[in-house]
Amino acid sequence: MSSVSTTSGTLETQWALPSRGHVGMLCLIAAESAIFIIFVVAYVFYIGKSVTGPTPKEVLEIPIFATICLLSSSVTIHLALSSIRREKLGAFKLWWFATFVLGAIFLCETGLEWHRLIFEKGLTVRTNLFGTTYYSLVGLHASHVTVGLILLLTVSIFAVLGKVNSEHEPRLDVLAYYWHFVDAVWVIVFTVVYIVGR
Amino acid sequence: MSTDSIALTAVQDANRPWSAVLHTWITTVDHKRIGILYILMSLIFLVIGGIEATIMRIQLIVPHNHFVSPQFFNQMFTMHGTTMIFFVAMPILFGFGNYLIPLMIGARDMAFPRVNAWSFWLTAFGGILLYFSFIGGYGLYGAGAAPDVGWFAYAPLTSPAFSVGHSTDFWTLGLLISGIGSIGTAVNFVATILCMRCPGMTLGKMPLLVWLNLVMGSMVLFVISPLTAAQIMLAIDRFLGGHFFDTQAGGSAVLWMHFFWIFGHPEVYVLVIPAFAFISEIVPVFSRKPIFGYPIMVAATVAIGFVSFGVWAHHMFTVGMNSYANSFFALTTMVVGVPTGIKIFNWIGTMWGGRLQFKTPMLFCIAFLFQFLMAGLTGIMLACTPFNWQLSGSYFVVAHFHYVIVGAILFAIFGAFYYWFPKMTGRMYSETLGKLHFWLFVVGFHLTFDFMHIPGLLGMPRRIYTYEPGRGWEIWNLICTIGVFFQGVAVLIFVWNLARSTFAGKVAGNDPWDAWTLEWSTSSPPPEYNFAQIPAVSSRRPLWDLKHPEDPDLDV
Repeated sequence: MSSVSTTSGTLETQWALPSRGHVGMLCLIAAESAIFIIFVVAYVFYIGKSVTGPTPKEVLEIPIFATICLLSSSVTIHLALSSIRREKLGAFKLWWFATFVLGAIFLCETGLEWHRLIFEKGLTVRTNLFGTTYYSLVGLHASHVTVGLILLLTVSIFAVLGKVNSEHEPRLDVLAYYWHFVDAVWVIVFTVVYIVGR
Repeated sequence: MSTDSIALTAVQDANRPWSAVLHTWITTVDHKRIGILYILMSLIFLVIGGIEATIMRIQLIVPHNHFVSPQFFNQMFTMHGTTMIFFVAMPILFGFGNYLIPLMIGARDMAFPRVNAWSFWLTAFGGILLYFSFIGGYGLYGAGAAPDVGWFAYAPLTSPAFSVGHSTDFWTLGLLISGIGSIGTAVNFVATILCMRCPGMTLGKMPLLVWLNLVMGSMVLFVISPLTAAQIMLAIDRFLGGHFFDTQAGGSAVLWMHFFWIFGHPEVYVLVIPAFAFISEIVPVFSRKPIFGYPIMVAATVAIGFVSFGVWAHHMFTVGMNSYANSFFALTTMVVGVPTGIKIFNWIGTMWGGRLQFKTPMLFCIAFLFQFLMAGLTGIMLACTPFNWQLSGSYFVVAHFHYVIVGAILFAIFGAFYYWFPKMTGRMYSETLGKLHFWLFVVGFHLTFDFMHIPGLLGMPRRIYTYEPGRGWEIWNLICTIGVFFQGVAVLIFVWNLARSTFAGKVAGNDPWDAWTLEWSTSSPPPEYNFAQIPAVSSRRPLWDLKHPEDPDLDV
């Protein structure tokens, strides 16, 4: 089989396949998108179908500050990655931690909104269809934010301990895909819940 | 690279204490062992699901039978359907995919070995949780109850008012957990196939089994997710008092039907595409010809993958959709028949003019071709909306989808078992017992499922626990039940054949079929690292090139 082995040398030098981390994350994002699509469909289908109040118009306030925070965190994670690619570890830590803080602010804002809705407006999952669909959709997104924050915090701790350097950039890039996905989903959720549904 | 240098003996477990062997199996991240774990788990559930089917058929053997209570009958058809789809068909196909994909693409393992093990144990845990309902379904106050809401669990049967206790909770959580495992496996399949191929194996040179599993894996990402979402909603309804499927609070029972069948119909293709994959590997080898129309086969599979997402509401013609929706879903359903027909022609084209060898795997493939065609034809009948209005929810539908799942998918799985058994164990099965299994199963299958169409046409609804005499259904139900015993004996022979041959079969060697894909180039069973040296390929049939240097396959 000399002919095969001689060609194998040249093949191996040219042989480049996509990174499994990125492909795996894109697959996960595809599956997660399908889950979100079903929840968004249910939300849209049930707009205005509640038989009792409160309605979205009465109780929902547009979370502009939280949205700005979450969407800016996509920019900061991008800046963090471009810093680490250029070996600027100090800037990387700064931008990465900023991403975590912005995400945490978003999650706290969601928590405050839920607190207000539950204790002041009396809206729970049980109250009506709006309550069921609202807490499910926003809660599904918030749970994804929570997972993202845990991942961001883990990297932050390693970064503070000085264990993160530019060779970890591909893995951080995979994590950034997830974070961008969480942000992109918020654009849809925001549109559906606070603009279309209100 | 020569065949001698990679013919290494596998690491033997023989001289180690059983606890150490068990520990290595439970903690394994090796794709071959996880594949075998998937297959063994599925075989256990296959026997359980088969017993449930037998109980139902015994109950229906004569009118007014009192073999089981109506309540127990409801549990049986629910558990039978759920078990067979989620804990037999899917995991057994995942098991074969796990075992074969890395070997066929010349890789040492899957892309994410630990995710792989995690996915398997989630699936196993989901199955155990589902069956725990038999003892835990009523919670703390009294004896247990299994789910009894049917395998598609239509609302409002699943609402707390109609399903007291925890039986439906076990169903929901069991499927939710195993569904997450399925998504993990699908991510792994796609990432492995795209990122782990050996040098030279471009997409166009992958074995068809790998291509079809790539399509299947990509489909699972979009198929299982809606089910997962719907199960989360059902769990919110049941645990938190939500109103997704609560019609009294403005919720919609039809929305559940849509969500379930958006999962449910593409799921059929998730199951049948790996079955196609087995046929596409076995038929060429036993016809001694390369597959006919490789690019068309790939294109047809991708086409099936796309179209299958647009057909789900043909399960819902009797719900009362408008005529545009009815026409659309009838049309798309018939369109699926086109790429499927192309595939059948290509398999026949592969056999045409070949030197056919009627070994047991090939017999199962040939039966597959006939039976899958028949199943497709009754599918076209049911796609016609007016015909469907007449027969929806009847035994005709039951006969149709069992023709697909048993007649096509299970036959292909049996073929795959016999074909890859020598590779997985290093031993040869008994050809005599294999042929006996085949003929008994063919007879049993046709007795049960051919004659099951007729009471359906005569108006016998599915899921009834008994029926009145004098409607002309008795003889057909009797024949159906007789067929079950042929199938049961055949499966026992199958299990005996595999169990005995694993220890006492004659040594198979690396390549008993004179095949041409990479898994046959390594030892049987393959070592943990699969290939001593990562192979490099330059055609679709690398092993053919190796064995026939004078007639290489290089210019494909």
